[in-house]
Amino acid sequence: MTRAAQRVGLLRLAGGMVLTMLAQAVNAAYRVNFQEPATKLAQTVYDLHMMMMYICGVIFVGVFGVMFYAIVKHRKAPGRVAATFHENTTVEILWTVIPTIILLVMVWPVTKTLISMRDATGADITIKATGYQWKWGYDYIKGEGEGIKFKSVLSTPREQIEGKAPKGEHYLLEVDNHVVVPIGKKIRILTTAEDVIHAWYMPAFAVKQDAVPGFIRDTSFRADREGTFRGQCAELCGKDHGFMPIVVDVVSAEKYSAWVAEQKTRMAAVADDPAKVWTLDELKTRGETVYAQNCSACHQPTGKGLPPAFPALDGSKIATGPREDHLHLVLNGKAGTAMAAFGKQLSDAEIAAVVTYERNAWGNKVGDMVQPSEVKASRK
Amino acid sequence: MNTATTTVNGHSADHEDHGHHPSGLMRWITTTNHKDIGSMYLWFSFAMFLVGGCMALTIRSELFQPGLQLVRPEFFNQLTTLHGLIMVFGAIMPAFVGFANWMLPLQIGASDMAFGRMNNLSFWLLPPAALLLTTSMFVPGGAAAAGWTLYPPLTIQQGMGMDMAIFALHILGLSSIMGSINIITTIFNLRAPGMTLMKMPLFCWTWLVTAFLIIAVMPVLAGAVTMTLTDRHFGTSFFSAAGGGDPVLFQHIFWFFGHPEVYIVIIPGFGIVSQVISTFSRKPLFGYASMVYAVAAIGILSFTVWAHHMYTTGMPVTAQLYFMYATMFIAVPTGVKIFNWTATMWRGSLSFETPMLFAIGFIFLFTVGGFSGLVLAMAAVDVQMQDTYYVVAHFHYTMVAGALFSAFAGAYYWLPKWTGHMYNEKLGQVHFWLSFIFFNMTFFVQHFLGIAGMPRRIPDYALQFTDFNQISTVGAFGLGLSQLLFLYNVITCIKGGPKAPAKPWEGAEGLEWDVPSPAPYHTWEVQPVVK
Repeated sequence: MTRAAQRVGLLRLAGGMVLTMLAQAVNAAYRVNFQEPATKLAQTVYDLHMMMMYICGVIFVGVFGVMFYAIVKHRKAPGRVAATFHENTTVEILWTVIPTIILLVMVWPVTKTLISMRDATGADITIKATGYQWKWGYDYIKGEGEGIKFKSVLSTPREQIEGKAPKGEHYLLEVDNHVVVPIGKKIRILTTAEDVIHAWYMPAFAVKQDAVPGFIRDTSFRADREGTFRGQCAELCGKDHGFMPIVVDVVSAEKYSAWVAEQKTRMAAVADDPAKVWTLDELKTRGETVYAQNCSACHQPTGKGLPPAFPALDGSKIATGPREDHLHLVLNGKAGTAMAAFGKQLSDAEIAAVVTYERNAWGNKVGDMVQPSEVKASRK
Repeated sequence: MNTATTTVNGHSADHEDHGHHPSGLMRWITTTNHKDIGSMYLWFSFAMFLVGGCMALTIRSELFQPGLQLVRPEFFNQLTTLHGLIMVFGAIMPAFVGFANWMLPLQIGASDMAFGRMNNLSFWLLPPAALLLTTSMFVPGGAAAAGWTLYPPLTIQQGMGMDMAIFALHILGLSSIMGSINIITTIFNLRAPGMTLMKMPLFCWTWLVTAFLIIAVMPVLAGAVTMTLTDRHFGTSFFSAAGGGDPVLFQHIFWFFGHPEVYIVIIPGFGIVSQVISTFSRKPLFGYASMVYAVAAIGILSFTVWAHHMYTTGMPVTAQLYFMYATMFIAVPTGVKIFNWTATMWRGSLSFETPMLFAIGFIFLFTVGGFSGLVLAMAAVDVQMQDTYYVVAHFHYTMVAGALFSAFAGAYYWLPKWTGHMYNEKLGQVHFWLSFIFFNMTFFVQHFLGIAGMPRRIPDYALQFTDFNQISTVGAFGLGLSQLLFLYNVITCIKGGPKAPAKPWEGAEGLEWDVPSPAPYHTWEVQPVVK
């Protein structure tokens, strides 16, 4: 008996320690629940999850209360004889029927939520999100802001990832171009992908939708508070799966209109004159930027690549060989490898610039160049 | 039954002396003896468990802090992929086939498995498959890096490591289909007189259901990876939209295999735990018949729920609803099993030797995994959890605390029968408590990571995930190192220790306890009669 009492005492002590640790954990702002919801739907999902936690918690305590009672009270002792019962139809029917009823109670609100979650009709703004290895592309295709398009690439510096610089507040959750949407408007997101499957995941909105190459899926959200929200690609998509975050700014209607106007001017400014003939230096300078955004993740800033999966460009047969082959490879990609067809992602000028850059960077000194007009011609 | 025991003693002694069988290495290569083959399966699976475990520890080391320190992202992806494939196909499945080889003939009173030579072949297919998987890390392009689920089009992009993984899966599938044919035939045809199906120990029943699942779904996996292979090399477009195919088709085929597969790795564990709980409660299993029906129900239902792994792929809402309801329905027979185990312990005379500790730990933690499974089944909530660390936590609760803990329960339970010696009880209990504590330290916090939004399969993470990742990494090393205690305990138990009686456990029931310990090389050459 004293031994049992000791054990109970120990259990209490252990329980107390766990509680203290939990309290400390909460104080230390450890996150043990969902991110703070920013849509009504996310709030509903939050509540559903809490409901399930409570129901499961009660069942858990009930079942293991019985088991631990048996562990403490029904343990082997001198003179103890085990009972011999091994069935009881009433009890067995009860513990089949009662869980079924509990499940039905649980599933009813989930069904309602699911049906409303999947209703993407009546959207005010439609944005297409395209997954690339390893960045997101956004096209505003309907509603205010129609025609805006941009790529959104991780902006955390390489030095921070490699531990050569202190990590910033939004380490790995920051991008160069944010998606901007107005508050209170229904936003429909169409997802697709260029190469492999990605997933557009925004925890604060309770949105996660796979982006499947060759298909279009949709999801939607209506944000009810302003702020910057951060998510990530959620489907393994290769080497830099962990490095293609998603950032959404929810702003007021006025700010959104201002942003749209600003984007339109920016796009008009950077639109390239198709007739322009570029110099070698212009192409190389532009190409360096394009290379950094699109190519260096695999082929590395040094052009040395990560062989054998990602070959070196410095001194490669393609980058120092005939211009046509080089251009063809960049435009159309290489089937069966991670080399994407950049013809669909980049403009004529960008392709011309990056090909020219690759032929004249590092140890490559071919000296020739590709003009945007040539890219246009070879697209056909 | 006692008469049978004496016969066995006499016979087997003769046999051993004849020395028909080759010795040394050739004994193991040519053996058709179910005990030899069972032992080889168990050693093989433990070796693979250590290999897969080292990969897991490398993964956890990289995740100890934000930033890239130890491995490059592409190698990280190879590690997660191989860790999954090796643990599922190389460690857990062969471990339970090892248990089946050793124990089924002993439990049903058969002299051996039905097909001795096929039994030998099904084991010896495993080492080449394991070699293909592990050496694929050293070929150009490295090992497969698309996750153990091998979703295209990512698999189409990869090097020859992917082809090696595909061939390894073919071989492993072949091996487990042969093993299953053997098990089904043995159970249906070689039971001792009087051993009716509904008298079989629960371990036999669970393996019977499992074997049917394996035969049904391994060809489906083989089909899926073969289609990947032809997409890669022979110009087909099963999974490429550009050629009229659909990448999501692969996921449907894979999970039609994959969901029964997750039950394949847990159902034999249900059998072991049922027997262990009954033995150490010194009471017959509560609701034997409903246990059998529950296992069969779980097996059949497992074919109807596959797409709950795919809620976010964009299937129609009606399909989501169907898969949600079907999945929830599995909670009912699973609940019945938990209730039956609790009722078995109720008013028993309980003692807590290592097998019982692992069995209770199994029930406790598997229930946690069951509840997180229920949360994941709710499609609207799953949208937040899919492909996050919550899923990682969930399936490690079912596969490590589930399948692995039940395998440990079985190993400690039958070690005296296998070796003729008692293992070190104190060390066994230390092994349990360390495993239990470090397991929870590793995986419980991963629930929080997932809920807070940390995706799975990433080599680096945002700063707010740091604390829990560090706890998890420390736990993982504790969990990994604790397993060396098990290895030490098993080896010392083989080498010596207190002599084990034929029936070392007071409350144990079943034919296996009627043969001496260690079980002689040949047993039940004259079938016992069960009354």
